This record gives sequence, C-alpha cells and structure tokens, in this order.
Amino acid sequence: MPRVIERFLWILRRIVGAPDYQAYLDHCRRAGHPPHLDEKAYIREFFDAKGGRTRCC
Amino acid sequence: MRRIASIVIWAVISALGALAFATLAWSRGETVNAAWLLIAAVCTYAVGYRFYSKFIVTRVFALDPTRATPAERLENGRDFVPTGKWVLFGHHFAAIAGAGPLVGPVLAAQFGFLPGTLWLVIGVVLGGAVQDLTILCCSLRRNGKSLGQMAKEEISPAAGLTAMLAVLFIMIILIAVLALIVVNALKASPWGLFTIACTIPIALLMGWWMRSWRPGRVGEASLAGGFLLLLALVGGGWVSRHAGPAALFTFSGPALTALIVAYGFFASVLPVWMLLLPRDYLSTFLKIATIFALAVAILILLPPLRMPAMTPFAALGEGPVFAGKFFPFVFITIACGAISGFHALVSSGTTPKMLRREPDARLIGYGGMLMESFVGVMAMIAACTLHPGVYFAMNTSPAALQQAAPVLQSAGYVVSPDTMAALAAEVGEKTLIGRAGGAPALAVGMTQIFSGVTHAFGGHTLAALWYHFAIMFEALFILTTIDAGTRVGRFMLQELLGHVWPRMGQTSWYPSVILSSVAIVAGWGYFLYQGILDPLGGINSLWPLFGIANQMLAIVALAVATTIIIKMNRARYAWVTLAPLAWLVAVTMTAGFEKMFSADPRLGFLAHAASLAGSTDPQAGRLIFNDHVNLVATLVFTSVVLLLLAISVKEWVLVLSRRKAAMVSEVPYVATSYAAGD
Repeated sequence: MPRVIERFLWILRRIVGAPDYQAYLDHCRRAGHPPHLDEKAYIREFFDAKGGRTRCC
Repeated sequence: MRRIASIVIWAVISALGALAFATLAWSRGETVNAAWLLIAAVCTYAVGYRFYSKFIVTRVFALDPTRATPAERLENGRDFVPTGKWVLFGHHFAAIAGAGPLVGPVLAAQFGFLPGTLWLVIGVVLGGAVQDLTILCCSLRRNGKSLGQMAKEEISPAAGLTAMLAVLFIMIILIAVLALIVVNALKASPWGLFTIACTIPIALLMGWWMRSWRPGRVGEASLAGGFLLLLALVGGGWVSRHAGPAALFTFSGPALTALIVAYGFFASVLPVWMLLLPRDYLSTFLKIATIFALAVAILILLPPLRMPAMTPFAALGEGPVFAGKFFPFVFITIACGAISGFHALVSSGTTPKMLRREPDARLIGYGGMLMESFVGVMAMIAACTLHPGVYFAMNTSPAALQQAAPVLQSAGYVVSPDTMAALAAEVGEKTLIGRAGGAPALAVGMTQIFSGVTHAFGGHTLAALWYHFAIMFEALFILTTIDAGTRVGRFMLQELLGHVWPRMGQTSWYPSVILSSVAIVAGWGYFLYQGILDPLGGINSLWPLFGIANQMLAIVALAVATTIIIKMNRARYAWVTLAPLAWLVAVTMTAGFEKMFSADPRLGFLAHAASLAGSTDPQAGRLIFNDHVNLVATLVFTSVVLLLLAISVKEWVLVLSRRKAAMVSEVPYVATSYAAGD
C-alpha cells in the first residue's frame, strides 16, 4: 500500500479511536519493559476502557 | 513588513465579518444568501481564534511548550498516548459533536435565522470555546483529572459531589430528549425504522469481526458495516413500498418508546464490544463524512435563506415549536454549538491524556469548539432554506399549530396541505406534518441541499434516499449517545451507591449492573414517555429542560475554571470565565423561573397544571403529574447549581481576602523530552 494511503488510514484510525497495538509495543520498547498484554488482551482492555467514556450530545 | 501585512490581513478579515453581520442585520423582507452567514461566522471564528484564544493560553494559563504533558509523563500506550495535534483535533471533535449542534439550531430557527446565528457565533467565541479550552488547560495540569475530581480538590468535597449529581441528572434528561427526537423521526416511518433496526445486527456482526474474527481491525469492520448500512437504506425503500413488510415496521410513538427503552437497557448491560462500540465506530465515520459533505454542498450551492431574519415569535414568545421569547430561550435552545456544559466532561476526560504539547490545547479546545459551532451554523442554514410554512408545519404538533395559526397566517407562514403531501411523497414518507423534534426538518433541509448538488451535476435528485440517509445519520449517532450515556450513567450511579454499600460499586457485579441500569433507563424512559404523550409534542417541555440542564453544567465547569484561575494568582484575568458564567446564570435562572412559574400555560409548568385542573380529558391527571415532575426537576437543577455556585463564591472570597492560601493542585513542572518542533 502506498505510504500516503497508509498514513491517511492511520490518521483516520486514531481520529475514531481505534486500538493501536503497535503504539503499545512502541511504548513498551521505549519504556524498556516487555509487553504485559498480548494483542487480544490489549484490544479487550482498550474496548472496555473506550466503552466507559462519555459522548457529547 | 510582516507585521504590516498581518495588520492589513486581520483588518480585512474583521471588515468582511462586520460587512456580513451588517448585511444579515439589515435584511428585512428580502431573501438573504447563506454565504453571508458563512462569512460572518468564519471571520468571527478567525478573529476569536487568532486573538482571544492566544490571550487565554499565553496570559491566563501561560501554556509552556517545554513542560511535559500527562501523555508524555504517564505514557502507557493505552489511554495516555501523546498524539499529534491534528489527529487529536479530529478525535476531540468526533467526541464533542453529536445531535445537539444539529437539532438546537433547527428548533431555534422558529425565531428566524438571526438570533440563533448571533448566539452560535458570539456565544462560542466568548463562552463555549473558552469553557472547553480552560477546562482542558486545568485538566492538563492535573494529570487529566475529571471535572468532578477538580471540583472536589479545588473547591471542596461537597462541590465534587454536587457536580457529580448535576452530571447524573443532566444525563437522564439528555438521553430522554435525544430518544424523543429519534422516536418522533421514526414513528409511522417504515423506511426509517427498517434502516435503524438493521443497525443492530450490523453492529453485532462488526463487534464479532473486531473482537474475535479479526481482532482490532476497526477499519475493515466499519467498511463492511457501512456497506451493509447502505444496503439497509436501499432495502428500507423496498420495505416502505410493500404493504406487508411496511406494516411490520410501522410503530406508534408509545410502542417505539418501549422498544428504545428495552434497547437502552440491553446496550447498558451487554459487553461494550457487542453493540456500543461497533455502533460508535460506524456513527463516527458517518458523522465525519456527512458533516464534510454537507459543508461542501452548502459551499457549492450557497442556497438562499427563506426564513426571515426575525419571526414574530421572537418578541411574542408564543412560538409553536416551543414557548417563550428569544431571551432567554434562544440561549438554552442552542447549547451545543454555542456553549455546552457536556463538553467539559470530554475536555477533562480523554483529550487531556493525549495532548503531546501544552500549546496544542489551543487548537483542540478552542478550535474544536469553533468547528462544532460551524456545524450549528450549517444546521441553521439547512433549516432556514425551508419555506417557513413547511418548517412550522413539520415542527409543530396539531394542537400547537392551531394555537399559533393567527400569527402564522398574518406572517404568511402557511402552506397548503397539498404542498405538504407532495413533499412527503417526494421523500417517501406518509406525512411530514407534526414531525416535531427537529430531526425530520433538518433531514428535509439536508435533502434539498444534497438533491440540489446531485441535480446540479446532472443526476437524479434522489430526494427519498437523501431524506432517509439524513434520518439514518441523525438516528445512528443519537442512539450511540443513548448507549454510551446510559452506560456512563449506570457507572456513576454504581459509584454513588458504592458509598452506601461497597458491593454495589463493583461495575462487574451483575445484580448491581442490572439494578443500576434499570434505574437509569427508568429515569430517562419516564421523561421520554411523558414527552411522547404530551399534546404539544414533548419538545416544548423537554428541550428547554435539557437546555437549562446542559447550560447549568457549563456553570459548574466555569465555576471550577474561575476558582482555579483565582488560585493561580491570576484573579485579574478571572473575567475570562466569569463573564460567560454570569451570562449563563442570568439565562438559566430566568429560563428556569419562567418554566416553573410563568402564568402562560404553554410556558409554565404550574400554570399548565392549573389549566388542566377540572378537565374531563382522561389524560389530564397524568399531564398534571408530569408538570409537577418537570417542576421538581427544574427546581433540583437550579438548587444544585446555586449550591455549587455559593460554595465557589465563598472559596473565591476566602482566597481573594487572603483568609485562605491560594493553593492549586497542579502537578510540578517536568521538562519535556521532545525537541523543539518535534
């Protein structure tokens, strides 16, 4: 996929608040610890947290 | 040289904005082009953003690009994630923009296009965007704490509890009024109901796709969901044209109320990934795409406004859509789009946890709200492109239409039944008369705009498809707010009950989940049901109640922000939040007082109840009871907010008179690790 489309889709995913496991792995790498969550567990936790948030009227 | 160029550019923008306002204000009797509304709005936003928001972030909060944000200090790859400002702008906008900025301006159009537009444009620059920005800045310096937590820590524990109760009450009224809009749009509309009913299996499929089949693939699932949604939209047309299937999807208001209450309950107790989140993703994509398409279509067509600048109802206060004069009612009818207390929950929720740099708060907090106001202006344009006769026939119950008939006739705001029947047939509905709530009128306005574009490019007008697309678009994200609101309300109730019995505070303990969900659903279901039975259409009593409640939450937010500004030893700038706070206190207290005690039975709850005393109408007893419930609800809102205001004022006096130390609970400075320009 061309880089520009990949970038556009990434931006769209971030705008709608889609889970980004790669961002979590990047964070773990930067923080110097192994990931505590596998992808499925990460997504489950992400969805649960997102479901408890307020949407405006 | 650059300074001179800047002065010239801003002088030209200001002059253009002033010219647009003058054109709108002086138009009397002749048709005005929507372009003037857009120019006035955009120029005001530009000046407000360039000068006022800069003043707030540099002088009042002194946002510091070298200071690490919570997203950087507490990064965990989940909720604390440093995010680029344009991405976060989109994310924040998607969270704050719902049905409010679309429906409020449509209802306020009964006063003409001018009062509502002025409030949208001036209110956002001096009030709404200020509230969103200041709460974002306050939360940003407190590790992303919520409004309630900030009220508790910066004012007092009593203030925190009061804020939490205010949010809970407002949530209940908000959900009821949004559900009423959906019910009014879908009753006796097999096409609309079929399309919306299809979103439930589509959401279940998407949920399974994103969680189990292709974990995390939100884009793929949403694409598939969007495709199925379009199929459902086209299928709805087939359903409505065939008597058998159409009868299956034709429901009365009370029957739809029962369905939507049951739906709200299940959405609250089922796991979020099953129903709530897929619908949320689908509606977010649809919302962004449709708002963008509407903006482009309006810019292409620049339609003329057929509604006058001011209607007689602005001064008379006997409007058939809702009763009351433009002061204070235009200011509570349009909340989202001008100033909405609900935004304070988002500005102190996810957004402060994602800001990469402190100065980005300006674009996201202030700029995001300006964008929402722009959506409100587009809704106002869509409503005002309708013939006033069509607008009033659609937004008024038969009883209210009869009462307002003399004024409507003398102003020339009448259309023949044949015209309405032809319009209904064009959009594939049985009738458009008495479709109160704002959503159908907005859908017809959007249909005319979208049809105009498709027609201009040589295609069919596709009016029926556009109308039901607009209804689906509105209903979809209203249902998302109902899902999420019921769930968040349930969490809040569980937290409150947890103080009495800790087991009830466990959000995963099913008896507590079911009990608190039933309580929340019963709360908004009651208000919804009374709205459906109201002979004046429900919107007349419920929308003002919602507006008052929402603006009162803004008072809570602005009181918290003022306290923090004073405690930061910047009391000389406290007018930034005090001015909108004082305005909202005047507006909400006047509106609240009028709704409770006005002698006009169409306006005051007590007067309405008194007018029904001795009536032989079998519904009279129930209507009198509803009036008393609405009276108590308004009284509770007013008391809760006045209490919080009194606690805040006491705190300000103590700090300003130096009887209490000006201590703020900001997190200490930590230098950012990002390089300049990174």
